[in-house]
Amino acid sequence: MKSNLDYIKIEKETRIRRRTVRALTYIFLVFWAAVVLFPFYWMVLSSLKSYGAYNSEYIPKFFTLSPTLENYAEAFTAVPLGQYFLNTIIFTAVTTALMLAVITLAAFAFARLEFRGKNIFFLLFLSLMMIPNELVVITNFVTITNWDMRNTFPGLILPSVTSVFYIYLLKENFEQIPDSLYYAAKVDGTSDWKYLWRVMIPMSRPTIITITILKVIECWNSYIWPRLITDDEKYFLVSNGIQEIRENGFGRENIPAMMAAVVVISVPLVILFLIFHKKIMAGVSRGGTKG
Amino acid sequence: MKKKMQDSTLKGWLYLLPAIVFLGFFMVYPLIDVLIYSFEEGYNFASQTYFGTGTYNYSYILHDPYFLQAVKNTLILVAVTVPLSTGIALLISVGLNSITALRSLLQTIYFLPYVTNTLAVGLVFMILFKKTAYSDGLVNLLINWFGGSSVDFIEGPYWAKMFVLCFYTIWIVMPFKILILTSALASINQDYYHAARVDGTSKFRIFRRITLPMIAPMIFYLIITGFIGAFKAYSDAVALFGTDLNAAEMNTIVGYVYDMLYGDSGGYPSYASAAAVILFVIVLTITCINLLISKKKIH
Repeated sequence: MKSNLDYIKIEKETRIRRRTVRALTYIFLVFWAAVVLFPFYWMVLSSLKSYGAYNSEYIPKFFTLSPTLENYAEAFTAVPLGQYFLNTIIFTAVTTALMLAVITLAAFAFARLEFRGKNIFFLLFLSLMMIPNELVVITNFVTITNWDMRNTFPGLILPSVTSVFYIYLLKENFEQIPDSLYYAAKVDGTSDWKYLWRVMIPMSRPTIITITILKVIECWNSYIWPRLITDDEKYFLVSNGIQEIRENGFGRENIPAMMAAVVVISVPLVILFLIFHKKIMAGVSRGGTKG
Repeated sequence: MKKKMQDSTLKGWLYLLPAIVFLGFFMVYPLIDVLIYSFEEGYNFASQTYFGTGTYNYSYILHDPYFLQAVKNTLILVAVTVPLSTGIALLISVGLNSITALRSLLQTIYFLPYVTNTLAVGLVFMILFKKTAYSDGLVNLLINWFGGSSVDFIEGPYWAKMFVLCFYTIWIVMPFKILILTSALASINQDYYHAARVDGTSKFRIFRRITLPMIAPMIFYLIITGFIGAFKAYSDAVALFGTDLNAAEMNTIVGYVYDMLYGDSGGYPSYASAAAVILFVIVLTITCINLLISKKKIH
């Protein structure tokens, strides 16, 4: 009887302990989620407070009862935010499109075609992955300046239209397509070019979409190269625009308008993320790096 | 047959041509060029002339207090953020792995910082931490609640600025680490756990003896990429402290490179190149050391 009681007691204790561990886990996880989400909440909140209300709150309030959209109007009229936006869209679209063309051709050559020197060249090619961007940016800056391409779209775009890593990723994917398909196509007299377009690209669509999304994120957030190569407001991308707003725009203290601009700039990627979050996360765990 | 082979060779190189042209112009040539720059003394950007070769550029930057400050900042940033972010990411991933409800929602939330614009969200962090004439800011409000006194984290003492920089860096790098670790944890064969549970092994022991060894390669991968990433920190600092990082005492090595190249203190590609080469050597050395250690530990 006594041992039976002990058994019940022990079981009860373990259950309590398990519950505490579980509760602590949840508290910790939810706490970190709050840390992640809070800046987003704060930027939306601040962007909805009017200039007067924001500046009169010595102790910032966690909510607002009189939200206003005037900051958004201010963000688009006081600084050329629309222009920055348009520039970034052009930059992102052209860079991504060109890059896809370049890497598809290269990946096709490495994966499908047989030619002399291919293997040695591919090794050399892979070793380029080790080169940090910071090392080559200096000469690129000088090159683009010498070509008189500062403050132009080609100057912004050209240095980032190839990626050794994405060529590698796509090549691996192309190689998984069975050889028999290729020989069958050859017998039918299909040219390599047609085979690439009709068979390989459609079959590798998931990888291509992943690469596209990752590149779009990279382009949208790029800051260093655009900052080096543009000093004319007409060619600023959103990152440079944000920096410009921070240093000179709105009169330094108009934080609600600044936050409205930050919201506007963040929204496209957040929407993209909410739609494609599974694809993006799978893609990043396969090969993205940041941090 | 021979003719066909040649045909394909030409075609192969033709398909590679765009990639070769772009990589040649913007990667291979710059790589050689940056080394040459770094040894050309007194290079003049306007006339593109120089008056000698030697190691003067290296000795100049190694004696430049701004460069030493940048190296110090970068080293602190690396030493603080890499272990902390990897450790917290590990805790979070283990936590995520042990729950079922809310799991995918939390996973998605944790990943959000990855897709945000570093400059834009940095501005929000600046506002949260900044102390101004009309408001002490939200973080100081919290500090006051717990009985502390307000600190200006953006233009105040060095340790406060460093704290914000480290905090923001960790916030930014966390998504990638959590993602990698949760997928590593999820791919561990469940049989090991069942076997351990049958044997009555304690949870902590299971973690140390099964979980950690199984995901060790991924942790090392994260530490290496973390080191490299932290050594290249720059945009986060700009987002928090503005473009004049030297004045804020918050410059990083990469920031020093760009400041030497461009901006108010710019126009010295030779110094910039020397600093970039030093950065590359540091990163390469650390990567090699890490690889050696990980090889020894894992096998």
